[in-house]
Amino acid sequence: MKVLVGVKRVIDFNVKIRLRADNSGVETANVKMSMNPFDEIGVEEAVRLKEAGTVEEVIAVSLGVQQCQDTIRTALAMGADRGIHVVTDAPLEPLAVAKLLKAVVDKESAELVIVGKQAIDDDSNQTGQMLAALLGWPQGTFASKLVIDNGRAEVTREIDGGLETVMLKLPAVISTDLRLNEPRYASLPNIMKAKKKPIEALKPEDLGVDTTPHLVTLRVEEPPKRQAGVIVENADALVDKLKNEAKVI
Amino acid sequence: MTPYVPPIRDMEFVLNELADLNAIAALPGYEQATPDLVSAVLDESGKLAAEVLAPLNQVGDRAGSHLDKGIVRTSEGWKDAYRVFTEGGWNGLALDERYGGQGLPWLVATAVQEMWHAANMSFALCPMLTQAAVEVILKHGSDQQKETYVRKLTAGTWTGTMNLTEPQAGSDLGAVRAKAVPEGDHYLISGQKIFISYGDHDLTENIVHLVLARTPDAPAGVKGISMFIVPKYLVHDDGSVGEPNDVRTVSLEHKLGIHASPTAVLAYGDNGGAVGYLMGEENHGLEYMFTMMNLARLVVGVEGLAIAERAYQQAREYARERVQGRPPGTRAGDRVTIIEHPDVRRMLMTMKAQVEAMRAVAYVATAAFDKTLRQPDAGERRKQHELLDLLTPVVKGWCTELGVEIASTGVQVHGGMGYIEETGASQHLRDARITTIYEGTTGIQANDLVGRKIVRDQGQGAKRLIETMQSFAAELDGKQDDVIEAIRTALVEGIDAMSRATDWILAAHARDPRLPAAASVPYLRLFGTVVGGWQMARAALVARHKLDAGAGDSRFYQAKLTTARFYAEHIMPQARALLHAILQGSEATLALDTDQF
Repeated sequence: MKVLVGVKRVIDFNVKIRLRADNSGVETANVKMSMNPFDEIGVEEAVRLKEAGTVEEVIAVSLGVQQCQDTIRTALAMGADRGIHVVTDAPLEPLAVAKLLKAVVDKESAELVIVGKQAIDDDSNQTGQMLAALLGWPQGTFASKLVIDNGRAEVTREIDGGLETVMLKLPAVISTDLRLNEPRYASLPNIMKAKKKPIEALKPEDLGVDTTPHLVTLRVEEPPKRQAGVIVENADALVDKLKNEAKVI
Repeated sequence: MTPYVPPIRDMEFVLNELADLNAIAALPGYEQATPDLVSAVLDESGKLAAEVLAPLNQVGDRAGSHLDKGIVRTSEGWKDAYRVFTEGGWNGLALDERYGGQGLPWLVATAVQEMWHAANMSFALCPMLTQAAVEVILKHGSDQQKETYVRKLTAGTWTGTMNLTEPQAGSDLGAVRAKAVPEGDHYLISGQKIFISYGDHDLTENIVHLVLARTPDAPAGVKGISMFIVPKYLVHDDGSVGEPNDVRTVSLEHKLGIHASPTAVLAYGDNGGAVGYLMGEENHGLEYMFTMMNLARLVVGVEGLAIAERAYQQAREYARERVQGRPPGTRAGDRVTIIEHPDVRRMLMTMKAQVEAMRAVAYVATAAFDKTLRQPDAGERRKQHELLDLLTPVVKGWCTELGVEIASTGVQVHGGMGYIEETGASQHLRDARITTIYEGTTGIQANDLVGRKIVRDQGQGAKRLIETMQSFAAELDGKQDDVIEAIRTALVEGIDAMSRATDWILAAHARDPRLPAAASVPYLRLFGTVVGGWQMARAALVARHKLDAGAGDSRFYQAKLTTARFYAEHIMPQARALLHAILQGSEATLALDTDQF
C-alpha cells in the first residue's frame, strides 16, 4: 500500500507575523519557512506505518513555489521515500489543493492519504474534507489515533465533546490532530540521505487542474490593539458605559 | 531562563558571506556540504538544541551530577537527551566516514556546536571531549585501536576523556607523575588524575580515557610523557564490554559553574594497575595531545561565543519585557520597557556587536582549519596554516574573555533580578567562567600567540595578516557613505595599532623575553579586537552591497551595517588604549619585589 502525505510550506511557528505594507497579505519574503506542524505529524504517522510494515511506500507531496522542495526534503529526512512537487507560483485555495492532490492520488494509485487537519497560516481546515469528497473516499478527520488493520482504518477523532471512534474502509483520507504522535527529529544521516531521494516535479497543467482562485482578498489587517481598561466608580457607571459606549445592552 | 533561539540567520550570513562555505564545499571530500544541505542540518540541529538540550540547562545547573556509591549519576533528563543526540547521529557530524561519521566540514560542525554549547554547555562538553579523543586516536592510534574505539566513539556508544592534569601538574604538564609499567602487550597505569570532565557518568556502557603517564625510564619533563588508552571497562576482542578496569572515581568537584558536567578525580591502579594501551610511541604523549589542541581550543573559543549569544538573548528578552521608568527627556506618559533606555541599549549593542564579531572570527578560523586539512595546493595550505596558527589562541583567548564579560553585562541588564538565580542570567556568567581557564588559560593562549606565533617567525605571519587587512581597508570606499567611512577609519587605526604593537613585541623580546610576556594578554586582546573589526567591516561591506542591490531582508542588512558601525565607533577604539598600555612597556608590571604585593 502506498501512503501519500501532504506537506505544506508555511511561515515557521516561531516567527512573529508581519503584514505587507500594502495590506495585501502577510509578509513572507525573507521569513523563515517550515513544514506545517500538523503535516509533520502526518509524515511521522506515515513513517511509523511503514516501519510497522503496514505500508510499503511513503510519498510526500507539496504544492507551490520552488522552495517547497525544502519542505519535501524535510519529509524525506524524516523517512518518506520520495517526493512529488507540483510547482506553481500561483496562490492555491483549499479546493485547488484538493483537486491537485486528487490528481496525484489517481496517478500514484495511493490507498491512504494523510494531511494535517489545517495549516497554521490560513487555518482553513478544508483540504482533507474536500479531497475525500472529490475521491469519494471515507474521511477520518482530527485523528488522535490511527490503527490500520485488514483493509480498514480505525480512527479516534478529537471532537468537541471528547473522542469519537470511526471505522473506515480503505482507501481513505485521514487528517491529523496534535495528539496523534510526537514527530521525530530527523537524524543527521537521514538528512544527508534525503538529498539523494527523488523528487518528481509536476505542473498543475500536467495534472489537468485549473487552480484559478475563487476568492478575492480585499484587505488584510491586524486585529485592533487592545485598549487599556478603566476602573469604574460604581455599578451605575458600568451600566451607563455598557449602554452608551459599548452599546451592548 | 528564556528559551534558546538558534541565530541561524546570522550563522548562515557568516558561513556564506564571510567564511565562504562555497569554497569549503569545493574542497575534495567536502562536496556534500552544499548550502541547502547545510541549511537543513542547521535547522534540525537547531531544533534539537532548542527543544531538547536548552530546557535541561537550568535543570542541570540546579541538580548537578552526583557520585552515588562510586557511580556518577548525571542529572535528570541527561540520559534521554544523550540518547536522542546520539541516535540522531550528531556525534559523528564532522568525524571520519570510514568509522561511521558523516565527514562534514569542521566549519559546519562549528556552527552546530555553537548551538549545542549555547543551549547547554554542560551537556555539549561530553560529545566535544569524545570528538577530541577520536581525533587523537585516528591520528596516532594503531589500526586495531581505531577499529576497537573509534567506531564506538563516533557513534557515541562510548565517550572519551582527556586525562592530563594532576595536582602538581596543571598548565605545566612536564610535572606529570602518573606511572605506566609495561606488562606484556599493555601497560599498568597508576596515579591520580584531577579535573577530568565526564571522567565518569551513567550515559554509556563504557568510557575511553586518554591518559598521560610516564614509563619507568622516561626522561624528565615534557619529553618523557606517553599517552595511553585506558578504557573504564576492558574490551573483548569482539568489541563487547568486559571486566571493570582498575580505575576509580574518587570524588566529583564542587564548581562555580557547569554543575551538570561531572568533573572527576580519578584514581588509577588502586589494585595493581589499570590496563592501558600505548598510543603511538613512548614519550610522544604531549605531541599527540597537541594535535587535537588546535581544534579543542577553537571549540572552547566557540563556547565563549555560544554563552555570549545565550546571555545576549536572555538580556534582550528581559529588556523587551521589563517595564521601568521613562527615557530621559520624557516626564509624562506610560512607563516603558527598559530596552528604550539609552544605557540598556548601549549594553545590548556592546553584547550584540561583539557576539557577531566573535562568530565571524571563529568561523573564519575554522574555515582555515578545513583548508589546512583538504586544500590540495601545498602553498595555499601553508598560508591557511599560518592564519589558523595565529587565530587559534585569539579565538580561544579573546572569545572566552568576551564571553565572561558579555555574560556579566547580561546580568547587569537584568538589574537586581540578574543576581537572582531564578532568572538564569547568572548561570551564564558562572558557566562561562571556566572557558578562560581550561584548555589553556588566557595567559597560556597569549604566551602561545606572542612566543610561538609572533616571535618565532619574527612576526612574518602577523605581518602578512596585517597586509591582508590593510589591502581590504584600502578597497573600502567611504566617499559616498558615512557609515562605511566611519568603519574604514576605525579599521585603519586598529590595524595601525596592531602593527605597532607587533613591532614592539618583537623589539622588546630581543631586549628581555619577560617584557612581551607581561604585555601578551593586552596584545591578544588588541589582536582579537582588530581582527573582529576587520570581519565586521567585511560584513558591513556585504550588507551595503546587498542593500544597494535591493536584496530582500533589508532589516537584517541594515542591522548588520549599524552593528558594524557600533563596533567601529565603540569597540575598535579599545585597540588604541591597549596599544598605549603595551608601548609604555612592562617595567611597572615587573618592578615590584614579590613581597611588595
